[in-house]
Amino acid sequence: MSEDTSMLNEPLHATRNACKVCAPLGAAMVFKGVSGCLPFLHGSQGCATYIRRYMISHFREPVDIASSSFSEEDAIFGGSRNFKAGVGNAILQYEPELIGVATTCLSETIGENMIAMIRDSQKDVEITSRTPLVHVSTPAYNGSHSEGFHAAVKAMVTHFAHIDAPAHASPTLNIMPGMVSCADLRHLRELAGLFGMNAVLLPDYSDTLEGASWDAYHRLSPGGTKVAEIRSMGRSLGSVELGHTLTTGESAGAWLEKSFDVPNFPLGLPMGLRFCDRLMGALAAISGRATPQSLLAERGRLLDSYVDAHKYLSGVKAAVTGEPDLVIAMAGFLSEIGIRPVICATGTKPRHFKELLAGEMEGGIEDVSIIPGSDHHRLEAAVREAKPDLIIGTSKAMPLARALGIPLLRSGFPIHDRFGAQRELTLGYRGTQALFDRIVNALLEHRQESNPIGYSYL
Amino acid sequence: MSEETKNISILEGRKGQVWRKGEGGAFVCDRQSLAGSVTQRACAFCGSRVVLYPIADALHIVHGPIGCAAYNWDIRGALSSGPQMHRNSFSTDVSEKEIIFGGEKKLRAALDELIPELKPKAAFVYSTCIVGLIGDDVDAICRQTSAKYGIPVIPVDSPGFKGTKRLGYQAACDSISKLIGTGDTSKVGPLSINLLGEFNIAGEAWMIREYFEKIGIEVVATMTGDGRVDDIRRAHGAKLNLVQCSGSMTALAKLMQETHGIPFKRVSFFGMEDTAKAIYEAAGFFCDEVVMERAKNLVRAEIGEVLPQLKAYRRKLAGKKAALYVGGAFKALSLVTALRALGMRTVLAGTQTGNADDYAALRDICDPGTIIVDDSNPLELAKFVMEKDVDLFIGGVKERPIAFKLGVAFCDHNHERKIPLAGFAGMLNFAEEVASSVLSPVWKYVPRRSGLGMEGVR
Ligand code: SF4
Repeated sequence: MSEDTSMLNEPLHATRNACKVCAPLGAAMVFKGVSGCLPFLHGSQGCATYIRRYMISHFREPVDIASSSFSEEDAIFGGSRNFKAGVGNAILQYEPELIGVATTCLSETIGENMIAMIRDSQKDVEITSRTPLVHVSTPAYNGSHSEGFHAAVKAMVTHFAHIDAPAHASPTLNIMPGMVSCADLRHLRELAGLFGMNAVLLPDYSDTLEGASWDAYHRLSPGGTKVAEIRSMGRSLGSVELGHTLTTGESAGAWLEKSFDVPNFPLGLPMGLRFCDRLMGALAAISGRATPQSLLAERGRLLDSYVDAHKYLSGVKAAVTGEPDLVIAMAGFLSEIGIRPVICATGTKPRHFKELLAGEMEGGIEDVSIIPGSDHHRLEAAVREAKPDLIIGTSKAMPLARALGIPLLRSGFPIHDRFGAQRELTLGYRGTQALFDRIVNALLEHRQESNPIGYSYL
Repeated sequence: MSEETKNISILEGRKGQVWRKGEGGAFVCDRQSLAGSVTQRACAFCGSRVVLYPIADALHIVHGPIGCAAYNWDIRGALSSGPQMHRNSFSTDVSEKEIIFGGEKKLRAALDELIPELKPKAAFVYSTCIVGLIGDDVDAICRQTSAKYGIPVIPVDSPGFKGTKRLGYQAACDSISKLIGTGDTSKVGPLSINLLGEFNIAGEAWMIREYFEKIGIEVVATMTGDGRVDDIRRAHGAKLNLVQCSGSMTALAKLMQETHGIPFKRVSFFGMEDTAKAIYEAAGFFCDEVVMERAKNLVRAEIGEVLPQLKAYRRKLAGKKAALYVGGAFKALSLVTALRALGMRTVLAGTQTGNADDYAALRDICDPGTIIVDDSNPLELAKFVMEKDVDLFIGGVKERPIAFKLGVAFCDHNHERKIPLAGFAGMLNFAEEVASSVLSPVWKYVPRRSGLGMEGVR
C-alpha cells in the first residue's frame, strides 16, 4: 500500500483542530485497566497533567498519572536520575503492584535507553525490585492515542504472558477489546460468560474508570485485569481481538498465537449484525458451544428494528470521525442499515485504512471520502461539500456540527460535553440496538425540530 | 478517618511544603515538583498558553507534536466579544520525519498557510519540548515571517521541561512585552489603566471594565482577556497597571514599570471586600475627588444590591468547612475572605505555584489548625480532606474527582468555569455555586455520610 511512503511527499500544512490526541494517553488508559497499576510518563510533567485532565473530563473519575518531571538539565543530560527518583517516590506513595511506563516525545527524542534505565532502577532501590515496570514506547509524533493504546496492550502481554504460568481455573478467553466504553467492557465479559467462558479482558477499566462512591481514598482505583491473569493468557482457549487496525501489524493476539499457539480471532469492533455475527461465531468456535438463545433473540429484535426504521434511514448520509477502529466499524454498520457514511475521517494515518474500510462497506466506497490524518478543518471542508445529515464524532466535532446545523451523535473519545459516555453501550447486538435507536432518534428529532408543522407522531 | 486514608504518607522531600497553623515550623515553596509525586501542576508551556491564548485576534500556533496543542483546544472559558481565532488549536503536528530532518520547513509552511488566510493581527509561535532538541531556529523563522507579512510574529519559548507554569507565565510576559510600546497612545486619556492577569473567564473582564468605566476610568487594555493586539500595543499609554490575582503577570507589570514608568498595584476581584478595595485603589491613585465619589457610590450601590441576598446564603452555609486548592496564593487569600463572608471556614488552603510573600499573607489570615500546602497531589489532598472532614472543595477539573469520589461538594474556580465569579455580582454567583453543591441532598447517601460503606447496606 502506498499510504506509508506517500506521506513523505505530502504537501506540508498546519493541523487545525486535530482529530486525535497523543499516544501516551492511550497507554495510560490501558495502564488504568490493569489491577494495581500506576501509569507513569517519562518526560515533562505537563504531559501527565494534560492527559489526566482529559481523561478525568471524559470518565469523571480520579486518574492519577505519575511523571518523572523532567527539568532542563534532564532534557540535556538524560532523565535517568529523575526516572529513578520518580519511580521510587511513586512506589512509596501508591504502593502499586506494577508501574506502566510510557515515554513521551521528549524522552523518545533524546533517545532514552529505557530498558537499561528500568534494569538500573530495579537494581538500585530495594522496593523497586519488587515492582515490575512495563515499558511501552509512545512517541506522539508517530501515531495517536489509538496506536498508544494498542502498543500498551501488547507491551503488557509480551511482558507478563509466560509459558510456565499456571493454567486458568476455568475455561478462559482472552479479549483485547480496544478503546471502548466501560459498559462495553462489561458486556464483552458477559458475552464470554454466556458461552461458558471466563474472560481476561486487557485492559479492563470498567471499574477503575467507572467505580462506586468511596468511603476512603484509594491509592489506586479498585478493579482491573490482574497480573496473574495476564501471565496465563498463553493458556487461554483463544483470543478475540477487536479493532481492524490490529490486523495490519503484529498485535498482542498474534503474538500469543505465535508464542503459545493460542488461536487468535482478529475481528472488528462488534457493531452491526455482520460484525456481531462474526464475534458470536468466534466465541462459538472457541468455546465449542452454540450461540445461546438469549443472544439470538437480541439479534432477532435488532434485525426487526432495522426493518422498522429503514425508511427513516433511506438516503441518509453521515460523516464519521474518531479513532480508526471505531470509524471502520461504525461505517460498516451504517452501510448495512442504509446510511451512507460519505465521510470517514480519522486523525491518525493507520496502515491500509482505505482497504480496511473498503473490505467492510456495503455498497463500496466510491461515494465515500476517506480522510486519514484528518483534522476538524479538513473534515469541515468535506462536510460542507458532502452535506451529510448526521455527524458521528467526539465532543470536538461540536463546533463544526453547530456551525453547520447538523446533528452530532457523540461517540469515541473524548466526550466532555455530555454526561455518561462511560456507560454508553455500543457493542454486541444489544449495544448495536442502543446505538441504532440513538441514531434513528437523532435524525427524527432533527427532522421534527426543523419542520414548521411540528408533527407529534413520526 | 479510615486506615487506608490515614496511612497515606507525605513524601520526605515534600514535608517542608505542608504547614499547619499553630504547629510552627518552616514552610517551603517555589521549587520544582518532586519526580513521581503526581503533582497537580502543569508545565511551562501550559502557563504560557493560559496567559496568551485569550488574545483573540492573534494566531496561536503550537510548534511540536500534536498532544500539547490538542489538549489545549478550547478548554478554557476566556471569552471574546469579537474574533474567535483563539478558540482554535493550530499546530505543526510534528511527525517522525521532522524529528529526524528538523521541523523548520513545516513551521514555515504552516505560517505561510495560516497568516494570509486568517489575517491575524499578530502570531505567537509556541515551542514545545522537542523543538530545541531537533535544532529548529524558531526565532529566525519568526523574524522572517514577520518581515514577510508585516505583522509581529513572536516566539514563545516555553518547552514543558523548562519548569512550572510560572516559568511559562514569564515566557508569555516576555512575548507580550514585544508588543507593548509599538502602538499610538495619543488618544489615551489621563485617567487610564490596564488590567493585567484578567482573562475574561465567563465574561469577568467585561464586568470589571464596566465598574471602571462607570467611575470615569478608561481601561486601555485587558491582558489578556478579550484581548486585542492593537490594545496591547498601546497599553504603555495607561497611567496605572492593576495586576489581578496570582503571579501570572506581575513580571510584565514590573517590566512596564521599568521601561515605561507605569506603576502597578496588585488587586483581586474575588469577593466583595477585595473588589471594593481594588476599585478604591485605582480611584485613590488618580487623586480625583469626582472619581473617588463615584467609586464610593458604585461600591455602596453594588454592595447594597448583593448583601441582602448574600445573607440568605449565609444562613444556609454558616459553619461549613471548605478546602481550596487553586493556582496561586493571592487568589487563595481572596477565597478565604469570600468564604468568611458566607460564614464558612477554610480548613485547607493549597496552591500550585504560590510564592513566599503570598503564602505568608495566607498563613496570617487563616484560622488556627488550617493546613497550608504547596504543590500538593491527589493523595495528600484526599488525606487532608478526610482528616478535616470538609464540606466543600474549591479547585479545578483535576481536583473534582477527589472531592466527588469522597462525597464532598465541589466548586470549580479554575479557568474552565462558565460562570463569572468576579466582582460584586460574581460574589452572588459564587455563593450560588457553593450552595448548589453543598446543599444538595445527594451527600446524605454517600458512604462518608451514610455510614453504610461502599456497598450501601449494613
Ligand atoms: S504531544 Fe508529546 S510532549 Fe505533548 S503532551 Fe503528548 S507526549 Fe507530551
